[in-house]
Amino acid sequence: MRANRRRFAIALGGLLAGAATFGLRAVAQPSEQVIKVVARRFTFTPGTLTLRKGVPVVLELTTADVLMGFNAPDFQVRADIVPGQVARVRLVPDKVGTFTFLCDIFCGSGHETMGGTIVVA
Amino acid sequence: MRHPIDRREFLKLAGLGGVVFASGLGAARGATLSPGEGADDDFYFVQMSDTHWGFEGAPNPDAKGTLRKAVAAVNALSEQPDFIVFTGDLTHTTDDPKERRRRLAQFKEIVAELKTKNVRFMPGEHDASLDSGEAYREFFGDTHYTFDHKGVHFIALDNVSDPRAMIGEAQMQWLAADLERQPPDANIVVLTHRPLFDLYPQWDWATRDGTRAIELLMPHRNVTVFYGHIHQEHHRMTGHIAHHAAKGLMFPLPVAGSQPNRTPLPWDPAHPYRGLGFRDVESALRQAQFHLTELPVLEGVTS
Repeated sequence: MRANRRRFAIALGGLLAGAATFGLRAVAQPSEQVIKVVARRFTFTPGTLTLRKGVPVVLELTTADVLMGFNAPDFQVRADIVPGQVARVRLVPDKVGTFTFLCDIFCGSGHETMGGTIVVA
Repeated sequence: MRHPIDRREFLKLAGLGGVVFASGLGAARGATLSPGEGADDDFYFVQMSDTHWGFEGAPNPDAKGTLRKAVAAVNALSEQPDFIVFTGDLTHTTDDPKERRRRLAQFKEIVAELKTKNVRFMPGEHDASLDSGEAYREFFGDTHYTFDHKGVHFIALDNVSDPRAMIGEAQMQWLAADLERQPPDANIVVLTHRPLFDLYPQWDWATRDGTRAIELLMPHRNVTVFYGHIHQEHHRMTGHIAHHAAKGLMFPLPVAGSQPNRTPLPWDPAHPYRGLGFRDVESALRQAQFHLTELPVLEGVTS
């Protein structure tokens, strides 16, 4: 059996999809909507963010308990949410649809279900 | 979603239910061997992953028995591997430090039944992210390390003890220093838990600073990465570096983006243990290749 295993080769294809994520600290301009989002183990409130394409918003992120992360990979926006601090990220939706955001700092037994939805119309 | 592998290249092995292919490491990619041909320094190891000891739930009604079955299956292999690697998530996470240690102790006791005593461990985020790997180290030692085996340099990378899913600056410098000591044509295998590339960050299937690790590895011509975390077989190239994810041994997860959430695939009573398994990795250094065979949990077990 082992000899047979040596007979086969495969050429693999593909390139690194190097979509880096990053956090963007921001201060809201006077005309920009501010949405406050509170993280606590293991939910975000609100869990759904309803946005409009091309309309910038600033998310003000706080945590009610432990260190959390906010990550919206489809918009390359992320931030650490440190207890006692407000993390601000500016997000300009550049596409319509329904997208995921998640906590990307392992925060406990319910971490893997901690996320929400961004709806862009 | 486009599958990165040309499926026509796969060979289904009758009787095994597994899949074989070779991960080319160098200029001889695609070479073949005749039966009985082989170098003395050829060897094979087994990759086991994501055993999640302590998990309870509908996705695996045999949660307390699956790991033991997998151990029996490895022990039943006609030729025992040179060594076995566990690529993380040995235990299922718990917020209770005492319970975490209890699960680690039970896991260690069960895998002590493996015939092959050369066993290498590494943590997953379920084992290590809530206490920076403290409990894990009490049972299994360092979370990142290197070892050499028959001409292959193995590097175990920890991308889970930092709960931000990062390798971190200190370990990155350690990696850079280790790689500087390796010649450009060294055969290098990286063992880690999370994918080093952005497989699907929407489900946390990524390492935040993994791109930098890949950049450090790129000058070396013969690099293969084996990892876990995603509970399914997956293969991807980043340049000339092959990345192979292993099946888990507690519950399978869906294909990235195939459903709204990364909830485990349901247990199928008609096909128990489907989607679970371990991997036989055979090194054929003369051909600069690794040949992978995917094996089911019940491989070789008659009861």
